[in-house]
Amino acid sequence: MKAEYNFIANIIEKNSTVLDVGCDDGTLMEFLRKNKNVNIRGIEISKEKVQICIAKGLTVIEGNAELDLKQFPKNSFDYVVLGQTLQAFINPEIVIKELLRVGKKAIVTIPNFGNWKVRLDLLFKGTMPITSSLPHEWYNTPNIHMCTIKDFVRFSETINFKIVKSLALINKNISKISKSNIFLKNLLGELGIFLIENK
Amino acid sequence: MNIKENIKTLIIEKPLKLDCGRTISKFPLAYETYGKLNENKDNAILVFHALTGDQFVTGVNPVTKKDGWWSYAVGPKKSIDTDKYFVICANVIGGCMGSFGPSHENPETKKIYGTDFPVITINDMVNAQVNLLDFFNIKKLFSVVGASMGGMQVLQFVSNFPDKAKTAVPIACTSSHSAQNIAFNELGRQAITADHNWMDGKYNSKSTLPDKGLAVARMAAHITYLSKKGLQEKFGRNLQERDDLKFGFDADFQIESYLRYQGSVFVDRFDANSYLYITRAMDYFDLVKQFDGNLSNAFKKTKTKFFIMSFTSDWLYPTQENKDIVIALNAIGANVGFVEIDSDKGHDSFLLEVPDFLNALKNFLDKSYIESNDES
Repeated sequence: MKAEYNFIANIIEKNSTVLDVGCDDGTLMEFLRKNKNVNIRGIEISKEKVQICIAKGLTVIEGNAELDLKQFPKNSFDYVVLGQTLQAFINPEIVIKELLRVGKKAIVTIPNFGNWKVRLDLLFKGTMPITSSLPHEWYNTPNIHMCTIKDFVRFSETINFKIVKSLALINKNISKISKSNIFLKNLLGELGIFLIENK
Repeated sequence: MNIKENIKTLIIEKPLKLDCGRTISKFPLAYETYGKLNENKDNAILVFHALTGDQFVTGVNPVTKKDGWWSYAVGPKKSIDTDKYFVICANVIGGCMGSFGPSHENPETKKIYGTDFPVITINDMVNAQVNLLDFFNIKKLFSVVGASMGGMQVLQFVSNFPDKAKTAVPIACTSSHSAQNIAFNELGRQAITADHNWMDGKYNSKSTLPDKGLAVARMAAHITYLSKKGLQEKFGRNLQERDDLKFGFDADFQIESYLRYQGSVFVDRFDANSYLYITRAMDYFDLVKQFDGNLSNAFKKTKTKFFIMSFTSDWLYPTQENKDIVIALNAIGANVGFVEIDSDKGHDSFLLEVPDFLNALKNFLDKSYIESNDES
């Protein structure tokens, strides 16, 4: 299980309704269903992954977040979760806006491109960084819109949504991101976890 | 065809008002069951058949002596596991496997109904079949499952009886029959009625049947159940038992021979008037219109858990039409799962050995069954 799932679960209140966008093989959905008794649905683009979810007894629809979120009315869910996939969308701005329309709140996690390993890789090797969480070559990566923790914070100001909680994952530990420590968190953090809502 | 001895029949005493305005009562509904109804009576699955199906879902059909139409999916340890579930399937009214249909005798005239039989709808079909629940003393079905026209019945059933099924699995179907599908059905009907043996539907009183027309109807429809890719791979331009073209109108190509064969075996088991009536019922199906243009309203009262499947190569009931149902359900926060199954086998995929489909169906039912038992 991914390290951040515990922290996502901590953010979500019990007995709420959750939509996991890009739910993959349903690991987070199962975890939340079991530990938080949430009413959870998933949306996933890969047929194979949808099949795995069905085999786990999860309610999942095959679909693409950029096209298929529009079928859900406003505030359909208490939380919408988008785990490490924002960078793969053609238009992250539309996706964020859709998340905040469909959900009262959204939890977005991003692999941090500002992490020191990534920076060093580019600085010394002079090639596009490849790390354990970003294993693809530049020409076959699905991650077409990489950003850093700092970028995401600035993104919230530009497109006008509110970051309620921001956390950085460093060596399986979680810590709060604040204005005063963002330089360091952006350097050390492997992952940014954000709870966001409309302003 | 003496089929009666192998057919279980329930006589529905209660009058049923049909959409056409006529009322029928004391009419036969032929059905078959597989597996055992458990003590709690909570393991029953009502399967709805498609246009040319019947109640003999699996095993050997006692009338045609061939495998049941859904033998791949239904049986011990299969997707719809008859070791676990009690499967009920009825022949639709209008059909020709024992249920009240146009080949039955009109008690007033002592002649077969033919086209005097009332035009029936998908709504009428499910309203007739719901009587089976009372007969078996089942308060709530575990599931209603069906593909193609069977899927339409699933949708109509849940809409009509929102608290009578825990889960619903409409497969490769639509909420509103498209112009293209009406067109293909009309082609089939025209083929039948153009056969001079059809005789305005009164053919059963003569010794000749409109077999040619019915066979052409079947051939045309059969093409729509396959995909271009599937046909190309299976037949290509292969010749039928000959080395070269014969410059005539015999079946030179394997595909011609295959279609002719499909037509010829179909007429042995199906009634031409039933074909007219059932295709009409499909054409009239428009659940969207029944709910004034808003499909979501059809399901507002139900807590039924839905699982919808479509097939990539199905151009008769394409994925988008299935997705429209998903969208309508999501719009009201209903519990709905959906997957499009990769298959080259066209609309017929649901009848064939398509492992992704069969696995998904099994997984959905088995997990939902465990879940529903945990809740109760």
